[in-house]
Amino acid sequence: MLSDSDRIFTNLYGAQDPGLAGARARGDWDGTAALMAKGHDWIIDQVKESGLRGRGGAGFPTGLKWSFMPKEEAPGRPHYLVVNADESEPGTCKDRDMMRHDPHKLIEGCLISGFAMRAHAAYIYIRGEFYDEAVALQAAIDEAYDAGLIGKTPCGTDWPFDVYLHRGAGAYICGEETGLLESLEGKPGRPRLKPPFPAAVGLYGCPSTVNNVETIAVVPTILRRGADWFAALGRPKNTGTKVFCISGHVNQPCNVEEEMGIPMRELIEKHAGGVCGGWDNLQAVIPGGASVPLLPKSICDDVLMDFDSLMAEKSGLGTAAVIVMDKSADVVEAIARLSHFYMHESCGQCTPCREGTGWVYRVMLRLIRGEASVEEIDMLWDVVGQIEGHTICALGDAAAWPVQGLIRHFRPELERRILAEKVGGGGTDAAAAAAA
Amino acid sequence: MTTLTIDGAEITVEPGSTVMQACIEAGKEIPHFCFHDRLSIAGNCRMCLVEMERSPKPIASCAMPAADGMVIRTDTPQVKKAREGVMEFLLINHPLDCPICDQGGECDLQDQAMAYGRHFSRFDEGKRAVRDKDVGPLIETIMTRCIHCTRCIRFADEIAGVEEFGAVFRGEHMEIGTYVEKAVSSELSGNMIDLCPVGALTSKPYAFVARSWELRTTETVDVLDAVGSNIRVDARGTEVLRVVPRLHDDINEEWLSDKSRFAYDGLRRRRLDRCYVRRNGALEAASWAEAFDAIAAAADGLDGSQIAALAGDTADCESMTALADLMAALGSPNLDCRQDGARLDATSRVSYLFNTTIAGIEEADAILLVGTNPRWEASLVNARIRKRWRRGGLKVGVIGPQMDLTYPYHHLGDGPQSLATLAKGGDAFADVLKMAEKPMLIVGMGALTRPDGAQVLAHARAVAEATGMVADGWNGFNVLHTAAARVGGLDLGFVPGEGGCDTAAICEGAASGGIKLLYLLGADEIALERPENCFVVYQGHHGDAGARLADVILPGAAYTEKDGTYVNLEGRPQRAYAASAPLGDAREDWRILRALSARLGKPLAYDTLDELRVRMVERAPALAAIGEITPAPWGEFGAAGAMDDAPFACPIGDFYLTDPITRASQTMTECSAAFVAAAEEARADG
Repeated sequence: MLSDSDRIFTNLYGAQDPGLAGARARGDWDGTAALMAKGHDWIIDQVKESGLRGRGGAGFPTGLKWSFMPKEEAPGRPHYLVVNADESEPGTCKDRDMMRHDPHKLIEGCLISGFAMRAHAAYIYIRGEFYDEAVALQAAIDEAYDAGLIGKTPCGTDWPFDVYLHRGAGAYICGEETGLLESLEGKPGRPRLKPPFPAAVGLYGCPSTVNNVETIAVVPTILRRGADWFAALGRPKNTGTKVFCISGHVNQPCNVEEEMGIPMRELIEKHAGGVCGGWDNLQAVIPGGASVPLLPKSICDDVLMDFDSLMAEKSGLGTAAVIVMDKSADVVEAIARLSHFYMHESCGQCTPCREGTGWVYRVMLRLIRGEASVEEIDMLWDVVGQIEGHTICALGDAAAWPVQGLIRHFRPELERRILAEKVGGGGTDAAAAAAA
Repeated sequence: MTTLTIDGAEITVEPGSTVMQACIEAGKEIPHFCFHDRLSIAGNCRMCLVEMERSPKPIASCAMPAADGMVIRTDTPQVKKAREGVMEFLLINHPLDCPICDQGGECDLQDQAMAYGRHFSRFDEGKRAVRDKDVGPLIETIMTRCIHCTRCIRFADEIAGVEEFGAVFRGEHMEIGTYVEKAVSSELSGNMIDLCPVGALTSKPYAFVARSWELRTTETVDVLDAVGSNIRVDARGTEVLRVVPRLHDDINEEWLSDKSRFAYDGLRRRRLDRCYVRRNGALEAASWAEAFDAIAAAADGLDGSQIAALAGDTADCESMTALADLMAALGSPNLDCRQDGARLDATSRVSYLFNTTIAGIEEADAILLVGTNPRWEASLVNARIRKRWRRGGLKVGVIGPQMDLTYPYHHLGDGPQSLATLAKGGDAFADVLKMAEKPMLIVGMGALTRPDGAQVLAHARAVAEATGMVADGWNGFNVLHTAAARVGGLDLGFVPGEGGCDTAAICEGAASGGIKLLYLLGADEIALERPENCFVVYQGHHGDAGARLADVILPGAAYTEKDGTYVNLEGRPQRAYAASAPLGDAREDWRILRALSARLGKPLAYDTLDELRVRMVERAPALAAIGEITPAPWGEFGAAGAMDDAPFACPIGDFYLTDPITRASQTMTECSAAFVAAAEEARADG
């Protein structure tokens, strides 16, 4: 279990002052200029050494991503840091608390990360529904400007740096990095084709890097405490700390910063007060936000919460939003609800996602009540496979994975409902019993 | 050069190629819907997925740049399955109404479903239906059929330059449309019908008219403007049912203006299908013999100077050759092919050609437009300028009326004074032209049909020479014609001979009685009331302005009904071919002239089209090389002198109604009401 001294987000719960004075008391903005004085490449190397992987879901090594930015600024092609604060993944609410209670970590992170990638501006694209958070964050930005921490001579350095806050209009797809860039440019949020990647052609056609709030917010602390410190936490290739969001059928839903690789059971029992009705009442857990396949209790018993361990179980760490379902949950309906979400949030530009997500949802809707044939389970498996990996952005994959998880682990339940419906009981337990 | 491996075979392609282009080069067919080589890449249909080594997911080959050492596979079970999957998704919400769909038989979706789809459906849910949009009189929409490839959006944004199309809503509710329902105000909108890979956008006038396999196709050229767009005319029986563009990279690429595409219904209305002779003030149907007798009687005893001939805007070179020869035989020097009175000099070929060539526009870096609205006068020339502008680094200056050209320009002035200032180097744009590597200027009929047209031409020449527009391998001097017959007529010397009258003098003579016999070869755009003391012969295909003047009407053939030669504004002779037979008693025009010459006792020296063409090339050697441009040497032209102060006016009042065929067309009349009249009303209101 993470010791208090190793925590990065020491005001995650808002017990202290979120303002500049409080942030300084927590160690933020301490020696920022000295960190910047060590140079662009030193910062990138430190981040590489720390093993920090992107906290937005995909887990791409952050230092490596930064190193894709051009080493020199070409004339007329400024570099941009874009911070993805469009936190819309169902179950995820970590960035929200960071921006609400510890906004200076993000702003300082913007300056240092932006400096590392030779950018003079950071755009923070915040989810439209986060009104209060946007107000809080803007207040912190204003505070930082007033204190000379950002602006023409941030922290006394000669690296002019501006931070802009942009409110989205509340579309899940605008959290996809290139959809976000489109939206930021004032266009409909439809993801771009890659290549070219944002590091080559990003915001306004200029080199850009899009990072999650948490990724940027942890950078100053990593640099202050040393890459070794961060790398020593967690497991190899899955280093550091991570803010987990635990929700669903637990006694105390919460956000909590923990070490990467903590066993899921320990995470839930230590921090969230355990599963309602005890661990044995657990049915399934979605370990990383709505996009990743769920895991049945048998796997949850001893799986570790990090990128590679969950990948090995054909799921993923995603945004580390742990959604717990006990045995009272209708797991089919829960996944059907997610299918509805992806159908609703599909941008519609590419074929498999536009057409497939609606189809999947409609089949899922029937599967809740068992109004299908057993062959349709296989068809559904095939159809989600036709979406997965065939789309412009990852929303297609995200729509496919929860359904794949359901079929992989709960096929008997699906078949039971179909059988029960055939007998004539509308998928109820009594009907199933009669069928048996 | 980039070398990659496709299905085990190495192939080397141009740098900057996409994987799809490389695959096509390698002879692999890659199915696709959204990709179009003249539009930006959208990569949204996902039909072109192929496998790439070291990529966990299949890649969209249309969007992936080819790189050295790539290993691509297009023939694996995974690729086949990916294609089947995308095809299945495209079809689940596509109505299977092929039997009543106008696209049936020439539908990309149909073809690719046969080749790459599964031949059964697993989709058991309700299908989506989408409300149809009203986008004007030309395009029929059946939006339920739309597969959201966005080609139409990209065409409107990029080629047509009207940002009026877009995708609204998201996910499976995404719809293509104009958002605020309105007609798409582009003169190139019909191309969206060709681009639409399914039957979502189809031709409104062609709706439910024919099936593609019933049509007989003829590859020919268009004559409704001077561009010489290559077209395919689809006919059934004697009726032309459709006109679509044909690929010609140097002229129209694969686009066609709406006028050229949709005016064909004018070929069925107000047609002259028999001879008429005016008796007691009224035109009465007559036989060919009666008509010829009446002309012979009128010509009897006339001196050559009392006879005149005018050739219209869509006359073919063969009939102009025959008429010019007949006039020579009759001893008349009074002939003119410039019925708009353009002060063009037939003795200097360089002075009336679009010397840069249409494809050459893409090399230009500064363009000066003088008295022209290319968007209306030659839509595809304008599209080419826009294409050049989109690449960046092009500056455009305009002298003349201000209008929306779909690209930005500097307005230098309204009339000749601005041109004179520019010729003296007294305008900043003169420096732009001088600094440019390949500057060009385009003089339109708005500047040349004025009485001081020759002086304007001389000033334009002065600008061209002062700014270095004429250099080795580059000629930036261009005249923009509006009539398909004009360059051919000038090449053939269909202009007044020694002491002869030009159009204005001929009209004046006819009105005053100096001209006793006036022969109009499809000439309808002349300012002449029916003359009292002049016998007018009208040879043409439509009962329009010219026919109203006539004492004898000889029914000729429209451009889709005869083999002929037309020279486009670049000076490129092209052959047109008959798609159907002339209507009723009508005959090919050169045959009428040949027959009339015999009746008048001056038989022309040729009996077949081939013999006539030998004579035609004698008159105009440049017409020998069909399809080729014979560049003209630079020289002196124009006339010295002062220019009038009146501003340049647009020679075209209404893009959709410019000649007898378009005026007879119901579709064009609707377009005029929907676009031109509506725009004027809007201007008046606001």
